[in-house]
Amino acid sequence: MSAPHAHTRDHAGGHDGAPPPDGGHGHGSRRGYVMGFLLSAVLTAIPFWLVMSGAIASVQATAIIVVALAFVQIIVHTYFFLHLNPKAEGGWTMLAFIFTVIIIAIVIAGSLWIMFHLNSNMMPMDGMGM
Amino acid sequence: MFNETVLKTIFGRLSFESFPIHEPILLVTFAGVVVLGLAIVGAITKYKLWGYLWTEWFTSVDHKKIGIMYIILGIIMLLRGFADAVMMRTQQALSFGANEGYLNAHHYDQIFTAHGTIMIFFVAIPLVVGLINYVMPLQIGARDVAFPFLNNFSFWLTVAGALLVMVSLFVGEFSRAGWLNYVPVSNLQNSPDTGPDYYLWALQIAGIGTTLSGINMVVTIIKMRAPGMTMMKLPVFCWTALCSNVLVIAIFPILTAAFTMLMLDRYLGFNFFTNDLGGNPMMYWNLVWIWGHPEVYVLILPIFGVYSEITSTFTGKRLFGYSSMVYATVVITILSFLVWLHHFFTMGSGASVNSFFGIATMVISIPTGAKIFNWLFTMYRGQIRFELPMQWVVAFLLTFVVGGMTGVMLAIPPADFVLHNSLFLVAHFHNVIIGGVVFGLFAGIDYWFPKAFGFKLDPFWGRIHFWGWVIGYWVAWTPMYVAGLMGVTRRLRHLDDATLQPLFVIAAIGVAIIAVGIAAFIIQIVVSIINRDKLRVGDDPWNGRTLEWATSSPPPAYNFAFTPVVHDLDAWHDMKERGSKVPDSGFLPIHMPRNTGTGVILSGLAAVLGFAMVWYIWWLAGLSFVAMIGYGIFHTFNYNRDYHIPAEDVAETERKHALAGA
Repeated sequence: MSAPHAHTRDHAGGHDGAPPPDGGHGHGSRRGYVMGFLLSAVLTAIPFWLVMSGAIASVQATAIIVVALAFVQIIVHTYFFLHLNPKAEGGWTMLAFIFTVIIIAIVIAGSLWIMFHLNSNMMPMDGMGM
Repeated sequence: MFNETVLKTIFGRLSFESFPIHEPILLVTFAGVVVLGLAIVGAITKYKLWGYLWTEWFTSVDHKKIGIMYIILGIIMLLRGFADAVMMRTQQALSFGANEGYLNAHHYDQIFTAHGTIMIFFVAIPLVVGLINYVMPLQIGARDVAFPFLNNFSFWLTVAGALLVMVSLFVGEFSRAGWLNYVPVSNLQNSPDTGPDYYLWALQIAGIGTTLSGINMVVTIIKMRAPGMTMMKLPVFCWTALCSNVLVIAIFPILTAAFTMLMLDRYLGFNFFTNDLGGNPMMYWNLVWIWGHPEVYVLILPIFGVYSEITSTFTGKRLFGYSSMVYATVVITILSFLVWLHHFFTMGSGASVNSFFGIATMVISIPTGAKIFNWLFTMYRGQIRFELPMQWVVAFLLTFVVGGMTGVMLAIPPADFVLHNSLFLVAHFHNVIIGGVVFGLFAGIDYWFPKAFGFKLDPFWGRIHFWGWVIGYWVAWTPMYVAGLMGVTRRLRHLDDATLQPLFVIAAIGVAIIAVGIAAFIIQIVVSIINRDKLRVGDDPWNGRTLEWATSSPPPAYNFAFTPVVHDLDAWHDMKERGSKVPDSGFLPIHMPRNTGTGVILSGLAAVLGFAMVWYIWWLAGLSFVAMIGYGIFHTFNYNRDYHIPAEDVAETERKHALAGA
């Protein structure tokens, strides 16, 4: 059961409340995996091309686009390869995923916040003669 | 003679100078270890126990045996960690004014590092994991954990880590950078010796074991509960174990990543945590404390579960506020990720950052306080039986509340600027770890020992053990709170101000009282084993309420001949109320996992890999790494992994047990 299939099946079976035929375990189809692979390949190729050709003059803009594409890549992986949907394993998979996202968001945002403030507080300023 | 480069190729940086023959303390210790080790090996050989140990214990995938082995590992390492504590306390009591004490700074720094590292990673974690391993599958009515081989492998990885720490005592030296191996002290330029490398490899190997064990426990609780046991009928201990292991899975990868970056710094000249080329030592502090604070809850949450089980059993009542207990546990799980900066308020992140983390820290005391009230209300109007486990609970309540309050004091950033890195802080975390985790571990051991072995622990020595720890704790740590408030910083080897000496002498007396407690603990176990026939009890000696008491004590390898069906919280109490009987016929063959030595072999190779990397013996490191991967692949071709216990054998075991009980 690929994620796209799961989607249609959930719609088909969702109204009468029947569980997916395989009990919610994801087992992808060839179509789903090929689509996932192609999307991942394209999403990887674009950042490479951006950096290597220098198509965008601004380094910062390039970096932001690369990170944004990485986020899209994460979604592609969880959808096509990990078959994440709210029904898999009675919802535990989705719960674990949400928990992970929250924790990673806290860790990254918190670290950036802390280190940014630390940097502006503790670095010797110009002209202070330190 | 040998060529220098040949020697270097074979032995790396290991040479005769690596052995601390100039340190008399270590020589005596080494002699003691050799004598004791030879005696144990000799005794095992004489009584031909090697085969028994190998087939029944080392290779066992039975969660009960692995749990017991974890606890034995924890107790052995407790003795080592406590020996370090004794040395520090005697040094500090002596070393005033002109007296330099008996430890040089180099040695003293290794001792406080080893003490902290061992007590957290190789005492607290194995003991907590051991209790969870033993009790949790029984409480949810399961036959074993979800991945029995992985469980055995996790245990032996922890042993491999402990082994590396112990080896560092006699070959080379241990880290001097504190229990979290702080940079910049542990950077290559400041510690070119083997210390931080021993630390890093030991904890990386043990850390992988802990992570795998965490995954195992979470899957077990989610997937293997007995029919009818919905999440809100799950015993509190299992809930707390679930949250604790969810935390393990979330935080240990962060620690592993931080350590890996430090390894890259030390081995390959990277600059993550140096002051050069954009590196930042404070990022290391940030990362290790993102692990470190939730780690506190990894240890204390399951212990809260232990207290809950014991309180409700020994008051003969259902736990007061079960659902509030569960929600408090979940809230603590999430909040534990929002407080890590309080370990370095003084780093300089400024007022806004400090305020946020200070308030978040104070907020965490609310669900914890709710738990305290739940235990008190459970006891209120209960018929309290004041047996050993219950004594520990009361001692915990009184001790832990003080530790909690000093914790809230430390959470106030302006106060923390005064108290940071002082003995007040050290007294605070010993207050919560000894008064919370350690008391709870002993409560749990006293409580579940009859489950595991079929006889109670001796109550007389148990009481000496109890009073030794409780009185010893207060005598040892109250003066440290005082000294800390007066401004004494931590990790000092020598003090000039002789007026402070009485405080440290009192603390040393406290340690001596704790030593009486620890000795009584060992005596308690030995005496109980000798008098086991007198102390023998039935399957349900405490009139328990949860499913682990529904099977025989000790339980058969398969735990339950028939999977229990759960109708209520406190399932076993409910079964007793309804007078439900276990069927005595109709047994079916039981599907069981087979023992395997793979865990021992892989972990042994991991220990060799760690040792070789510490000493730059590249050929051995490469060889053991390849062997590990090779053996891992080889093991996947082992299809002979399970067997069935025939129905007749199950019937025979159950019949014998029914006869013994009658």
